[in-house]
Amino acid sequence: MPNNRMREITYKQAILEATSQCLAKDRMVYVIGLGVTDPKGIFGTTLGLKEKYGSRVMDMPVAENAMTGVAIGSSLVGMRPILTHQRVDFTVLSLDQIINNAAKWHYMFGGKMKVPLVIRMIIGMGWGQGPQHSQNLSSLLASIPGLKVVMPATAYDAKGLLISAVEDDNPVIFIEHRWLHGTYGYVPKKMYKEPIGKSKIMKRGRDVTIISSSYMVLESLRAAELLKKEGIEAEVMDLRSIKPLDEESIIKSVRKTHRLIAVDGGWMNFGVASEVIALAAEKGCGLLKNNPQRITFPDTPIPTSHALAKHYYPRAVDICNSVRTMFNLPGIPEKPSVIKGGIGFDVPDKTFKGPF
Amino acid sequence: MKINKKLFLALYYQMLRIRMVEEKICQLYPEQEMRCPVHICIGQEGIAAGVCANLKQDDYVLSNHRSHGHFLAKGGNLKAMLAELYGKASGCSKGKGGSMHLVDLNVNFLGSTPIVAGMIPVAVGVAFGSALKKEKKVTVVFFGDAATEEGVFSESLNFAALKKLPIVFVCENNRYSVYSPLSARQPKERDNLMIAKGYGIYAQRGDGNDAASVYQITKKAVRFARNRKGPAFLQFDTYRYREHCGHSFDHELNYRSKREFNYWLKKCPLGNFEKKLIKRGVVDKKEIFLIRAKVQQEINMAVEFAKKSPFPEKKEVLTDIYA
Repeated sequence: MPNNRMREITYKQAILEATSQCLAKDRMVYVIGLGVTDPKGIFGTTLGLKEKYGSRVMDMPVAENAMTGVAIGSSLVGMRPILTHQRVDFTVLSLDQIINNAAKWHYMFGGKMKVPLVIRMIIGMGWGQGPQHSQNLSSLLASIPGLKVVMPATAYDAKGLLISAVEDDNPVIFIEHRWLHGTYGYVPKKMYKEPIGKSKIMKRGRDVTIISSSYMVLESLRAAELLKKEGIEAEVMDLRSIKPLDEESIIKSVRKTHRLIAVDGGWMNFGVASEVIALAAEKGCGLLKNNPQRITFPDTPIPTSHALAKHYYPRAVDICNSVRTMFNLPGIPEKPSVIKGGIGFDVPDKTFKGPF
Repeated sequence: MKINKKLFLALYYQMLRIRMVEEKICQLYPEQEMRCPVHICIGQEGIAAGVCANLKQDDYVLSNHRSHGHFLAKGGNLKAMLAELYGKASGCSKGKGGSMHLVDLNVNFLGSTPIVAGMIPVAVGVAFGSALKKEKKVTVVFFGDAATEEGVFSESLNFAALKKLPIVFVCENNRYSVYSPLSARQPKERDNLMIAKGYGIYAQRGDGNDAASVYQITKKAVRFARNRKGPAFLQFDTYRYREHCGHSFDHELNYRSKREFNYWLKKCPLGNFEKKLIKRGVVDKKEIFLIRAKVQQEINMAVEFAKKSPFPEKKEVLTDIYA
């Protein structure tokens, strides 16, 4: 619960504050990324850091692969880089360095060296960003041994997990959703850490477990609110980290509710939701009263037009409908009632104005 | 060039030791006990010896898949290297790396990896981190001619030049990427020195089969980098005598002409250097015999150590995933 040392700030302010505190605490920490020092400061998450910490906050050449290698190399000699990409899609250029070097360095040299590297990747959807600006590649990265992948959903966790990521001795992929940047939450002023690899129950319930991460936690909570009106008590779990996955808590919750909906703001096939369901199937399938369901993006590239987005992105109503089917209730036919203000499906809420 | 007896002996010893280690590996490899790919550097020893003779123990070196010579010339532990090739727990990477992942932190040999050009930006990062920490160390990264075709090579030169980093890029041009010749991969007008210079980087070319010349050229480059004047790019022409991966010769594949092979065989970095030393009276045949005997004994002991060392335990599969 909030106390007097907390105040409400946005998710992006929480990231800025965590970064600033990490820079202040440890001189080995530096921030590097395209646009880190520009007037917009990575959606406001790095604004003012250059003025405060000087050369430890820097812009860089447009060379994602080499710069990831540079960050890795510097971490081998003791630096603790925070590498930032404005779009996860740009990170694809650096997968060689992430997968072949960062993820394996500790293991392939027999534990002799470590790569304390944080790579911030921003995912986003809607506002016509289309096939190359809306992808969520978290499951791709999470499938690589040696990486840790965190996806905070709240301002509180954004700060606590970023500080954990920076202080972790391993490469940590820190995935932020643009639709969360403007959300408010109670955040302590002091430095604190939230554990990597631990989920959080966002709402307790006995009837069905809804497991999600990042922005989809918000949609899951909205779904749980709607379901409550119909007497269905959903338990909403925020994974927070998708690698390592908090297996114990997932199994514990599914064993309590005997129903499972896995929600992910990414593709269905080989995705996070698939992993969650596979885990439940292996460890407790016999206990499920209904077939578990995945609520994810369809298995196609992401369309641009908001007219198509309407049919593409899963929202709270889709989660509700999946649960209602489990309870033999008719589905909710239309989507709009879920988003107050009803301005469409390609923005997080009515306060959001383009450009993205 | 003025004969510096001590230096010449050191270069000779280094090349001879690398050659003898590689020959021993080639002799043992058919036993099928070293169960990992090996990339033999016989024929290319002049570069490893000439470059590393300019480095201090705490200068950093990173390398590629053909790294045995670089590892040894930097002072890497021979026993740990051979044990690594045998997949033993006493190996430099505890058997998790093999020949393509050598490391020795005692001499700041920070690692070798086989993804072509993959190590170049990492080395730039080491130099960057080292410079941020205000160390006076120089970083050297070894790579082959094919690495210069990768995009990350250009990206890395750009950043190193931008930040005037204390790094020396060493391109060993042995003319082949596996079996693909330079002519299939690069236009003949291409000049890597011009590419490096285009980024404002100090660049020099040299005969990689002449260790003394490699030494002299590298000396200037290392001094340049150490004085924070900027990075340096060096390209040394050389040739590998053995197959790309493995212990044998590969004449039967006919991707290299006999004439070309013989041309380079006549330019043997070790044999020619030895003749020169004898001619100039730096060593005589008896001394060479004694040096060889000493090195052979060291290698035999290292092989024995590697063979006798225990394999890693089952639990090691699951350790070292996270630091």
